[in-house]
Amino acid sequence: MKRRHGSNAWAMGLAVLAGAAWPAPAEAHLVTTGLGPVYDGISHVLVSPEDLIPVVAMALLAGLNGPVAGRRTLFVLTGAWLLGGVAGFAHGHTAVPAALTTGSFLVLGALTAADLRLSSRTVTVLAVAVGLLHGWLNGAGIAASQREVLGLVGVVGAIFVVVALLSAFVVSLRAAWMRIAIRVAGSWVAAIGLLILGWTLRTGAAG
Amino acid sequence: MRREGPWGRGRWCDALLTVALWAAAVAPLVAHTQQGQAQGFLTGLRHPVSGLDHVLAMIAVGLWGAQLGAPAVWLLPVTFPMVMAFGGFLGLVGIPLPGVEVGIALSALLLGVMVAREARPPVLAAAALVGFFAIFHGHAHGTELPPGQSGLMYSVGFVVATGCLHGVGIAIGVVHRWAWGRALLRLAGTAVAVAGIVFLRRALA
Repeated sequence: MKRRHGSNAWAMGLAVLAGAAWPAPAEAHLVTTGLGPVYDGISHVLVSPEDLIPVVAMALLAGLNGPVAGRRTLFVLTGAWLLGGVAGFAHGHTAVPAALTTGSFLVLGALTAADLRLSSRTVTVLAVAVGLLHGWLNGAGIAASQREVLGLVGVVGAIFVVVALLSAFVVSLRAAWMRIAIRVAGSWVAAIGLLILGWTLRTGAAG
Repeated sequence: MRREGPWGRGRWCDALLTVALWAAAVAPLVAHTQQGQAQGFLTGLRHPVSGLDHVLAMIAVGLWGAQLGAPAVWLLPVTFPMVMAFGGFLGLVGIPLPGVEVGIALSALLLGVMVAREARPPVLAAAALVGFFAIFHGHAHGTELPPGQSGLMYSVGFVVATGCLHGVGIAIGVVHRWAWGRALLRLAGTAVAVAGIVFLRRALA
C-alpha cells in the first residue's frame, strides 16, 4: 500500500515537471483567440433586461401557442435579430424611437397575459418584428461603441438557447396552474413595458 | 476512536481559511458598465414593501383571490400589475390623480371588508374593483425614482415585488380549504379593514 502511494507521488511529480518544461500559451485573455466579442455578446443578452425581457416574453408566447409556433420562433427570431443587427451595424446610428422598443414589452406581455390562441403566422410576424427591432439596436450600439460585429454571433447564440429552453418548457406544461403562472409573468412584462413607456415619455419631455 | 469522514476537521479548516482569504481580498465586481442598474432594481423591489398600506392591500388581493378560487385567483393578480402600471404611467406623464392617499386607504379598507365577509361578487366586478384601486397604488408608488438610477430596473423590481406580495396572499389563502383557515382569513380581512380605517383617518387629517 505504501509503495503504491510512493509511485503515485512520483507520477505526479513527473507530470508537473513535464508541464513546466513544455509550457504553452494560456490564452486566458480572449482577445488573442478572437472569441472575446462572442462572449461579450452572450453576456450582453444575459445582463441586459431591455433585450432579455422581450426574448423571454417572445419565448413564453410562442410556447403557449404550441410546438409549431415555438419551432418557428426559435429560428425566425434569431435570424431576424442577426439580420437587424448587421443592418444596424452597417448604418451605425440608432434611429429607432425608444418608445417603439417598449412597445415590444407591451404587446408581447399583453398577448401572453391574455393567452390568446394566435396562428403560427402571427407569432412568426411578431418574432420577425421583435428580432429586427432589437437586433437593429444591438448592431447600432456595437457600431457606436466601436466594437466588433462578431458580438452579434454571441447575442444571437444566447437568444437561441434562451428561446429553445423556455419555449420547449412552456410547450411541455400540462398543469393548468402552470399556464396561469406563465400568464402572470406576461402581465408583469406588460406592466414593466407600460412603466418604461412612462419613463421614456417623461425623460423625453424633460429633455 | 474518533471517526473522521471525508470532510474531517482539517478540510473544514482549509475551506474556512479559503473563504476567509477570499472575503479579505474581495474586489469590487464591475460586471456591467451601465450605472444605477442594481440600485434601481433594489429601490423598486423595496418600494412596495416600504409602506404598510400598500403591503396590506396587495396581500388582501391575494387572500380574496384565494377565497374566490379559480378563475379569480389568477385573474386578480394578472389584472392588478397591468392596471397598477397604468396608474404609474399616468403619474409619469404628469396626469394628476386626486385623492391618491385616500384611494390607497380605501383600497385596504374595502379589500379587507371583502375578505372579512368572504364576498363573492361576479369575477369581472371583483377584477374591476381591484383594478380601480390598483391605479391609485401605481400612481403613488410607480413614479418615485431616485436620480441616477435605472428606470427600467426600478420598474422590474417594483412589479416583481408587487407580484410577490400577491403570491404571499395567495399562499396564506391556501388555508381556506379548512374551516379554521376560513375563520382565520376572515379575521385577517377584519384586521386589514381596521388598518384601512386608520390609514383613511390619517389621509383625511
